[in-house]
Amino acid sequence: MLEIAIKGSKKYWIWLGALLTVMAVAFAVYIDQFVNGLMITGMSRDVSWGFYIANFTFLVGVAAGGVMVVIPYYLHDYEKFHRITILGEFLAVASLIMCLMFIVADLGQPTRMLNVLLYPTPNSMLFWDMCVLNGYLFLNIVIGWKVLEAERNQVRPPDWTKPLIYISIPFAIGIHTVTAYLYCGLPGRGFWMTAILAPRFLASAFAAGPAFLILLCYIVKRFTKFDPGWEAIQTLSKIVCYALIANVFFFLCEVFVVFYSKIPGHMSHIQYLFFGLYGHGALVPWMWTSMILMFTGIGLLIVPKFRNNETILPFTCILIFIGTWIDKSLGMISGGFVPSPLHHVTEYVPTFQEVLISLGVLATGLLILTVLFKLATTVKEEVRG
Amino acid sequence: MIHSRRSFIKAAGVSVLAIGAAPAIKAVAASGSGAASLPSKTRRPEAFSAKRWGMAIDCRRMNGDIAGNIVKACRKANNVPDFSHKPDEDKYPGLRPPKKDQELKWIWEESYHHAFPEMEDEFLADKFKSMPFLVTCNHCKNAPCVQACPTRATFKREDGVVMMDFHRCIGCRFCMAACPFGARSFNFRDPKPFIPEINPDFPTRSKGVVEKCNLCAGRLAKGLQPACVEASEGTIVVGDLEDPGSEIRALLKENYAIRRKQELGTEPSVYYIM
Amino acid sequence: MSKNAIIAGLVVFVATALFPFWFNIGGSNAAPEIELSERAKAARYCVLEKYDMRAEHMSLLDEWRDSVVRDADRLYKGTNGKSFNMSLSTGEDSCLGCHTDKEKFCDRCHNFVSVAPYCWECHTTPEEVTR
Repeated sequence: MLEIAIKGSKKYWIWLGALLTVMAVAFAVYIDQFVNGLMITGMSRDVSWGFYIANFTFLVGVAAGGVMVVIPYYLHDYEKFHRITILGEFLAVASLIMCLMFIVADLGQPTRMLNVLLYPTPNSMLFWDMCVLNGYLFLNIVIGWKVLEAERNQVRPPDWTKPLIYISIPFAIGIHTVTAYLYCGLPGRGFWMTAILAPRFLASAFAAGPAFLILLCYIVKRFTKFDPGWEAIQTLSKIVCYALIANVFFFLCEVFVVFYSKIPGHMSHIQYLFFGLYGHGALVPWMWTSMILMFTGIGLLIVPKFRNNETILPFTCILIFIGTWIDKSLGMISGGFVPSPLHHVTEYVPTFQEVLISLGVLATGLLILTVLFKLATTVKEEVRG
Repeated sequence: MIHSRRSFIKAAGVSVLAIGAAPAIKAVAASGSGAASLPSKTRRPEAFSAKRWGMAIDCRRMNGDIAGNIVKACRKANNVPDFSHKPDEDKYPGLRPPKKDQELKWIWEESYHHAFPEMEDEFLADKFKSMPFLVTCNHCKNAPCVQACPTRATFKREDGVVMMDFHRCIGCRFCMAACPFGARSFNFRDPKPFIPEINPDFPTRSKGVVEKCNLCAGRLAKGLQPACVEASEGTIVVGDLEDPGSEIRALLKENYAIRRKQELGTEPSVYYIM
Repeated sequence: MSKNAIIAGLVVFVATALFPFWFNIGGSNAAPEIELSERAKAARYCVLEKYDMRAEHMSLLDEWRDSVVRDADRLYKGTNGKSFNMSLSTGEDSCLGCHTDKEKFCDRCHNFVSVAPYCWECHTTPEEVTR
């Protein structure tokens, strides 16, 4: 099946070439980081995780979001999703690979990363995160590949893929729950230490993932002969709407608990993010932008006239994707570290190099996504034509 | 064709298993013989030992000079880099300037407000407002950093010292997020150029690993007091918290002492006598 | 077409696989002589027998570091009945305390077999400190 990927139009190759260029530049910058250490980043003693882990957290969400097409199609036999299920699974594969790359980019001693396997430590949430992330990646690769292959050969997928599909559903929930547990189990980090964190992560994931999938459907429709179907997109947009409302609702619950109880250690972080603390407020405009984007997104999805408008919908999805990205990656990570446990305010701004390396990871993800989507759409075109 | 490929893979699988199992079999076979001449690894006779090491800082007698000396002594004994030190241009040409907020520290001075942020008080006694409070790793009984570490590079020793195995650390910095006391530092770069004078009795660190106070475990093993205690003019006492007869217990029995963020239940082993 | 391509591919593969051999043709491959320091000569014994030491010193050091860092056991009593301070570089009774010249004792061999142990990144040798 892979041979499909090496036959493409000029546009396809230009796009891949552009991605490869970004990857090459980013790799050169990464070599600097590999040789000289994480000093090239904006991270500090007080803000010890930054852009890499932020993007990692967000992309785990995008990966988990794929389950929003898997559940309706496989558990409820929702036929409209038949065409896009494979797109959701392949999106999860690309996102997970980016997640793993972001983790490796963040390590101080990447050459020792297999120590996590050599000295397995069940009390560390990072160990479990590694297990579920790799498990979910493996499941999606196997399922996506086998199902697509079966479609190409016009036979039923092998029976053993069924149990794997069912297992992949709790795994999807699991990857984001465990990722939330990385943060919410830490004493002394008031911003993260809330039981709503995992549900909130999932809600924002089920908004961001499907919103991105809608955008991808538009792109696929534009550049290939394969049509994912307007009805599937409409159903997806309803899912995004509910999930986004849940995300904002969970956040407001958190705001109530924190500001009604007035416990300083919990309040100061949200204060920093939305109003600034002791004159430091680098993230204030970002956080309000995020809120405005998410509320606008809800408005545009709740009203059927806007939601059903084929021209407005992609823009709505872009708003939501950016809004949830700011909320979950920029705000969630910096917000937890500022102020520090000793109540110092050290602000975090990613450096140019850090952003470039991140772009390299994103380009790698997009490259994988492009190739996988090319396989999927070509097979679907073949079968229909 | 398919059959022969399949059987080849099978055979290959079995051989890989066999090769993999060989060391284990060898080890089992070896363990049965020659027990008499086996080498042994033990403590040094002069080593200090305790059931649970703890520290008491006498804030009543602490002042800026002593605190400064303590911080300096710790840096020197443990090769903790100092980013204000100007690196030797000949030995390390073309170094990029260090970033102040990526600095490393094992023990350092804080004001009351930062050392005990949740105990802030509008009407705090004046003497506490200007007093330097030395903060460091608390060697918690229930250490969140130990729980978080995915490789057991940070671990709790039987005697209560929370240790770092620099060889094993992958630099994920999960422990830094987990520590409620900000006690941990990460080597964002190679620290050696910023060590004014390398102490040969303790290794330096490489870039990419986390470090923190280890209660001078290497000195305790040689029967020496930690460097901070030595420089403290009696304001810091390190001893066995589980031994009712120890000096530290006597101090805690007679004086009012507090610990940082007690409400988190990590059970810090560093006490502040007020 | 495919026949030529396959043969060309094979040639490239074989040439690459044999790179270490042809790259070193003509070079000298005599093993380096290591020099014992006066102290080491005088002591006449080490932690293990000479040949065991040659083959096993890396795993011995690996064992030692776990023992020192993780178990706080720092004293090693060898099969020869002698006691040693389990330390690579700190103190008179450490490895480098006796084998005082790292360049002549460690580096020559390591360079010959192209290994670059990262031990030295942190465990500085006494003379490096004084230098």
